Amino acid sequence: MTLKNEDVRNIAQLARLQISDSAIEQLTTDLSNILALAEQMKAVDTSNVTPMAHPMDATQRLRKDEVTEIDERDKFQGIAPDVESGYYRVPKVIE
Amino acid sequence: MTTKTIKQIQQGLAQKEFSSVEITRQYLDRIDSYNSTINCFITVTDELALQQAKTADAVIARGEAGTLTGIPLAHKDIYCTDGIKTSCASRMLDNFIAPYDATIIEKFRQGGAVMLGKTNMDEFAMGSSNENSYYGAVANPWDFERVPGGSSGGSAAAVAASLAPGATGTDTGGSIRQPAALCGISGIKPTYGCVSRYGMVAFGSSLDQGGPLARSAEDCAILLQAMAGFDPRDSTSIDREVPDYSEQLNDDIRGLKIGLPKEYFAEGLDADVARVIETAIQEYRRLGAEIVDIGLPNANLAIPVYYVVAPAECSSNLSRFDGVRFGHRCDNPVDLEDLYKRSRDEGFGDEVKRRIMIGTYVLSAGYYDAYYLKAQQLRRLIKQDYEKAFQQVDVILCPVTPEVAFKQGAKTDDPVSMYLQDIYTLALNLAGLPGMSIPAGFSQELPVGMQLIGNYFDESRLLNVAHQFQQATDWHLKTPELA
Repeated sequence: MTLKNEDVRNIAQLARLQISDSAIEQLTTDLSNILALAEQMKAVDTSNVTPMAHPMDATQRLRKDEVTEIDERDKFQGIAPDVESGYYRVPKVIE
Repeated sequence: MTTKTIKQIQQGLAQKEFSSVEITRQYLDRIDSYNSTINCFITVTDELALQQAKTADAVIARGEAGTLTGIPLAHKDIYCTDGIKTSCASRMLDNFIAPYDATIIEKFRQGGAVMLGKTNMDEFAMGSSNENSYYGAVANPWDFERVPGGSSGGSAAAVAASLAPGATGTDTGGSIRQPAALCGISGIKPTYGCVSRYGMVAFGSSLDQGGPLARSAEDCAILLQAMAGFDPRDSTSIDREVPDYSEQLNDDIRGLKIGLPKEYFAEGLDADVARVIETAIQEYRRLGAEIVDIGLPNANLAIPVYYVVAPAECSSNLSRFDGVRFGHRCDNPVDLEDLYKRSRDEGFGDEVKRRIMIGTYVLSAGYYDAYYLKAQQLRRLIKQDYEKAFQQVDVILCPVTPEVAFKQGAKTDDPVSMYLQDIYTLALNLAGLPGMSIPAGFSQELPVGMQLIGNYFDESRLLNVAHQFQQATDWHLKTPELA
């Protein structure tokens, strides 16, 4: 799989990563090389194989729908970049 | 005193040969002397350590000591520690003071263990050389110009350099076993679901597993005992009784069937590393084990499958780092998208960005079936290889790495050549099986590790097989002379 610079820009947009123009060429090469490694998977026929989601084929446990967490807003917001009156502040989203 | 095993420290504390404060001070002094060179600690919690040691001494004096009371340990900086910086070796979390303890940290605290500090690692546990750290590379104590392995490189280097008698690590594709091998110590990656992942910063959720690194298999058994167990706060934790991991250590291994997968002794393995492993196999023969040739026909698929599954899960897990609730935020964002993109660009290092992008690509519309789904199908084939092998043998023995510790900078320009380092370790994580690395000898005056792979939840047997080797050899007792 050979990617183009434009593909890498699209992936970066999906991943919400700012990629500088100077880094794009190298990144395109690196990502293409990694995907070339992944291409080796194509050699094996897996048409009748069930995908494996968990090594022990375990399923998600359920618990009773009870409140188990306590309110620790002040503690959690103590490490936030920008808060005001218990809210997280971000740049204006709606004009 | 700092070359003692955890077992010996337990005995010394019990017999009042020294106090926890005394031995903790010795480790802190040694950290003070060598950390600037080795760079294995990101944070040294000296005040907390001495306070915990003092408390431990009081507990010991009252005759109420448990197995871990007063034992100094280091923790990989991937485990959340309440009130203490938990950076994951990333600029993204450079300012992150964890607001809670990971389950295993809580267990060590409650057990009276002493925390020396938080160890360096590859950023978000992505790497095989500990060169991907915001806090700089870690030096291998056997040769400061070489890498200690990764991603638990700081933990492995700290134990090898006697800056801690034991440490915690995590293993997503070899991150306990590979640095243990390159630093000449012992480490175990338990069965997936054995050790709680709660409070362990997530990288590849279906692969990540915590475990200990220490001087001996006997010490690994002591630490694993403290770490293992069902945790309702981890949805993938397995609800199963925890065995006594030390109980079988001294069992005779005569008649034990050890499988040698031919695929792991093929081209690409350094000839001198192969010689060391061959000598170790002879030792097992002498101990009465039966050596059986086996095949793992899909072994060559582990690298491509892993480098689809792990990045996919990483891209999903790391989407939480958005610069809004915690972690790094860029200066003066013009809008929300700019805030996300620049915070993430500035906060993440190159390897993390590469993996996020690969993961984003393989999960994106139109590519999911060809990559992620295909990889999950192949994962089952890899697991089936091991299931077949374990019908024939009790444990599998193979190398941990294709070569000894390489020079810093040797592979940093070529991500794929770095990935190939993990060729013998990845399959276990894909299958969810337990594995160990123990010192097997030396090549070019550098340690060589030997990998032992067990069936699901067969950690006790792995520790037994490793301990028996360590009773017959002294490779695990060798320590580097630090300049």
